[in-house]
Amino acid sequence: MKIGVLGLQGAYREHMQCLGKLGIDTMDVRYNQDLKHINGLIIPGGESTVISKLAQKNLLFDAIRQKGLLNFPIWGTCAGLILLASEIEDNSVEPLKLMKIKVRRNAFGRQKHSFVTKIKLSGFAAQEEFPGVFIRAPQIISIGDGVEVLARYQKNIVACKQGNLLATSFHPELTSDLLFHQIFLNIVQRSMVTSLAG
Amino acid sequence: MTARTGSIKVKTGMAEMLKGGVIMDVTNAEQALIAQEAGAVAVMALEKVPADIRREGGVARMSDPRIIREIMHAVTIPVMAKIRIGHFVEAQILEALEIDFIDESEVLTPADEHHHVNKHDFTIPFVCGARNLGEALRRIGEGAAMIRTKGEAGTGNVVEAVRHMRTIMSEIRKVVNMNEDELMAEAKNMGAPYELVKLVHDEGKLPVVNFAAGGIATPADASLMMQLGADGVFVGSGIFKSANPVKMAKAIVDAVTYYNDANKLLEISENLGMAMPGLSLASISEENRMAGRGW
Repeated sequence: MKIGVLGLQGAYREHMQCLGKLGIDTMDVRYNQDLKHINGLIIPGGESTVISKLAQKNLLFDAIRQKGLLNFPIWGTCAGLILLASEIEDNSVEPLKLMKIKVRRNAFGRQKHSFVTKIKLSGFAAQEEFPGVFIRAPQIISIGDGVEVLARYQKNIVACKQGNLLATSFHPELTSDLLFHQIFLNIVQRSMVTSLAG
Repeated sequence: MTARTGSIKVKTGMAEMLKGGVIMDVTNAEQALIAQEAGAVAVMALEKVPADIRREGGVARMSDPRIIREIMHAVTIPVMAKIRIGHFVEAQILEALEIDFIDESEVLTPADEHHHVNKHDFTIPFVCGARNLGEALRRIGEGAAMIRTKGEAGTGNVVEAVRHMRTIMSEIRKVVNMNEDELMAEAKNMGAPYELVKLVHDEGKLPVVNFAAGGIATPADASLMMQLGADGVFVGSGIFKSANPVKMAKAIVDAVTYYNDANKLLEISENLGMAMPGLSLASISEENRMAGRGW
């Protein structure tokens, strides 16, 4: 198994380090052809406007979208979540339109209001809480059919899943808790088994 | 559930999100929109770019908050602004304005010739300039969440930024290879906190993100700094003092993403028009150099 981390801009190395701790092979993805060598893709935190523009310029954008439509496992954190969305409230970013979620950018305010807190998991894991690092974080303001809520902070949805697509508005890669990396690896593992069977 | 703002985690984490990006100096909302459209990861809002500050001389201070506010309203990407070294009240004002990042900058005239701002007092993260590892670790000790080389701002001459980046990287390599019992003497020599010297020794890198700044004028300059180990790049006068700012801005963004790909850099560098006019360091007297400011 090899996991790619979109390396156009942002905190991609942190994800690679987390996966390294779990003994997983990684590569940073900057070109179309890199997608051929991976079993799952992480779109990291960074500036969503920048990542979207760079991906559109070199055709990665459409290639990732095509893969996502075929149920290829993709996990977006923060800016990555914004990219996975169907709709951005202020239309300031061109998203991939893969997940049936509507997103508000910088929903908790500017950097001064960035925060760390414990978020509540919806009962899918042995642990009840997860350390949430929210940096100019987006919020999921509505979800469509087939989207499963994984975690909330207060009333806000901050993590969800739709098929093999996973989205978190916080940064698990900036903590030492590898739960979400493990969840994503399980998704990838299952998708590899399914595609072999198919 | 309590939410904690202003911790070192969210400050350094914010800087991590800027990695692999270009931060551009802008003086009005229109330039800020050009920068955002070109793919800037953040903008530095100021009244005058360093090349003009250098030309005009006199005392350079924090920009009028009105200008900064207009820029903050114009774009969705993070906005930074500069304060004078040691001027903690300028920092308080920018924090009240809810700027995303403060640059305690040698480009402005220092307000204190002995002390920098105690950056732990603030909820907002700070970036500070450094010429060597000791200076970088002193700033981190004061609470800086991000470091950049000083270079020599407003010159369009990358030579000082290269000097500072090479110095920091080679000093990190030296500390990493030291025996643990040599670290205290090294901390004393560098004038840096022992705990941070030990951290560099153990982790093999600076504990915060390290960008390049000061004199970067072309995509090749930006890639040079990335290949020397920078996590990203600040471009001050280099964009809006060039002949074609839109093209130059996009080209520098691409050069930072594909910094290791010579074929791509060739494609990026072609037909950009004139870069900003450059200054040789020999033509700048010692007292007019900005990099020496900071302690």
